[in-house]
Amino acid sequence: MLDPVIRIENLHKEYITDAGDVPVLMGVDIKVFPGEFVAIMGPSGSGKSTFMNILGCLDVANSGNYFLNGRDVNHQSSDELAKLRNEVIGFVFQGFNLLPRANLEDNVALPLIYRGIARTERLQQASNMLDKVGLGKFCKSRPNQISGGQQQRVAIARALVNQPKLLLADEPTGNLDTRTSKEIMKLFSELNQRDGITIVLITHEPDIAYYAKRLVRLADGLIVYDGPVEHAAAEHLEQTS
Amino acid sequence: MISAMLSEAWMAMWANRLRTILTMLGMVIGVGAVILMLAVGQGAQQQVQASIASMGSNLFIILSGSTTSGGVRMGGGATPTLTVADAQSLEELSSVAAVAPSSPGTAQLVYGPNNWSTQVIGTTPSYLQVRDWQLEAGSPFTDSDIRSTTRVALLGKTVALNLFGDEDPVDKTIRIKNSPYVVLGVLAGKGQSLDGRDQDDTVLVPVTTAQRKLFGSQFGGTVRFIMAQAKSAEDMPAAEKAITELLRQRHRIRDGADNDFSIRNLTAMANTAAETAKVMSLMLGAIASISLLVGGIGIMNIMLVSVTERTREIGIRMAIGARGRDILMQFLLEAIIISVIGCLIGVLLGVGGAYGVSGATGMSVVVTVNSIVTAFAVAAAVGIFFGWYPARKASMLRPIDALRFQ
Repeated sequence: MLDPVIRIENLHKEYITDAGDVPVLMGVDIKVFPGEFVAIMGPSGSGKSTFMNILGCLDVANSGNYFLNGRDVNHQSSDELAKLRNEVIGFVFQGFNLLPRANLEDNVALPLIYRGIARTERLQQASNMLDKVGLGKFCKSRPNQISGGQQQRVAIARALVNQPKLLLADEPTGNLDTRTSKEIMKLFSELNQRDGITIVLITHEPDIAYYAKRLVRLADGLIVYDGPVEHAAAEHLEQTS
Repeated sequence: MISAMLSEAWMAMWANRLRTILTMLGMVIGVGAVILMLAVGQGAQQQVQASIASMGSNLFIILSGSTTSGGVRMGGGATPTLTVADAQSLEELSSVAAVAPSSPGTAQLVYGPNNWSTQVIGTTPSYLQVRDWQLEAGSPFTDSDIRSTTRVALLGKTVALNLFGDEDPVDKTIRIKNSPYVVLGVLAGKGQSLDGRDQDDTVLVPVTTAQRKLFGSQFGGTVRFIMAQAKSAEDMPAAEKAITELLRQRHRIRDGADNDFSIRNLTAMANTAAETAKVMSLMLGAIASISLLVGGIGIMNIMLVSVTERTREIGIRMAIGARGRDILMQFLLEAIIISVIGCLIGVLLGVGGAYGVSGATGMSVVVTVNSIVTAFAVAAAVGIFFGWYPARKASMLRPIDALRFQ
């Protein structure tokens, strides 16, 4: 069997505030293997955002182990974390997070700058990636000249331009209408099935989660369900009917 | 990498054109002011140095001193005690290069329809050497003119102009106090002295002629003052001592009695003037530097605003792999570009302004490469210094905090 992209063991995270320590994650264990498409669900306050930040190497756990692509994330310097984010992870955010001043091509090429790739090569790869998400003809447009769904496609292109081992999407459809959400989710499915890209997705919408193959449910800092998405969907239908 | 960062910095600056230009203006004014002030200061310094050089170098002036007559003390120079013979004996001293006795007076000069009142100095040929004064035309009078008290004269440039206009004065005959004098030559222009007098408004005649024929004297053979030139700047203290000893001896002054003459060191006075001009120049530069400092603080201010405004952008960049030092470089580069471009414009304005000032007011200005290089280096340093803190602040942001920033 392939080595897991993500291996997390007994992960703890607490925030130190004036009112005392607030535990957010209280012993999370999970493995994600290459080619998986995982949806992480949970009500607000369940710790899923914190979990996402730790997965994305934007934050570091207090205890436990996190191995990303075989690297021990808990014991890396901030520069090494930046390198991991750049080379191993592609981010897709709820708010798209494109640079408003830069055109789409420059936006997509941004991660390549921090890899030290030359400009012509950067722009070549960026426009290839924009072609892949169906926005090749908008290379020179600015983010505010295209729709929200299109902006999210650009963000996906930017996440993929470094050929990451893991695509992390944090509520990628949170700012989109239902129809556009479906298009974006189809794109994710396609990337997972056709190109074999490992995807971890955070959402609070069951409809979105069902595009994934595996569902992880978080509640009060612990994993309460981890299994195939079909099973959860059946449960969900039972509850609603 | 650096070219990518340059173009990113340019993009950010272009997006906030007005703000960038206003920030730059602080540097422009600062650098411009420094260059302009240094130019004006150095111009003044050069002018002072030029008039010091026109005075002659390593100079002493020996004046006849006060005497006491029946308990009444007379002022300096009241009694002529110095003679041409004194001057001749001073010439023998090893530390003295040249000596010129001077016996000045005022007289009316006439040539044709023109007349002019000026200072006439009776002196010896070595006066030209002591004052480092060249002839523009003709030839100087000689020691034989001194011995035979001939009526000859050297005209200062102002005098020549007023009496002769465009005409060549050499070998013409003018009248001084109604006696005819042959003009042997014209002195080269020296311009203003340190105290603002026109040094060219003067006529030189042999000292013996002045004493016996022109002004007369109740004390035969005396002169008002003697100018002496030391061999070198290092010889000046020795020369002063030797001159004092020799004159005391010649004037038969008892040990313990006061000198009947006084010696003034003109070079020391000139050095003080030069020092003053230098301090002035430094002061002007220092005051202008304050505006450079203010410009630098302006850069820091704007960069801090910019970092806050672009916190989210910093978060995005960090999330996709920018290291702290990439962010630091990006903001530092912006600050440096602003200060360097501001500096370039400032140099142009400063140099232009300096020549404008000199054209409008006739003040002499000196723009040196040194002052431009200094202003440039200081501006770059100011950019780095004041850009560092905001850039550092940006690079220290935690990615999650920066991403969450609204």
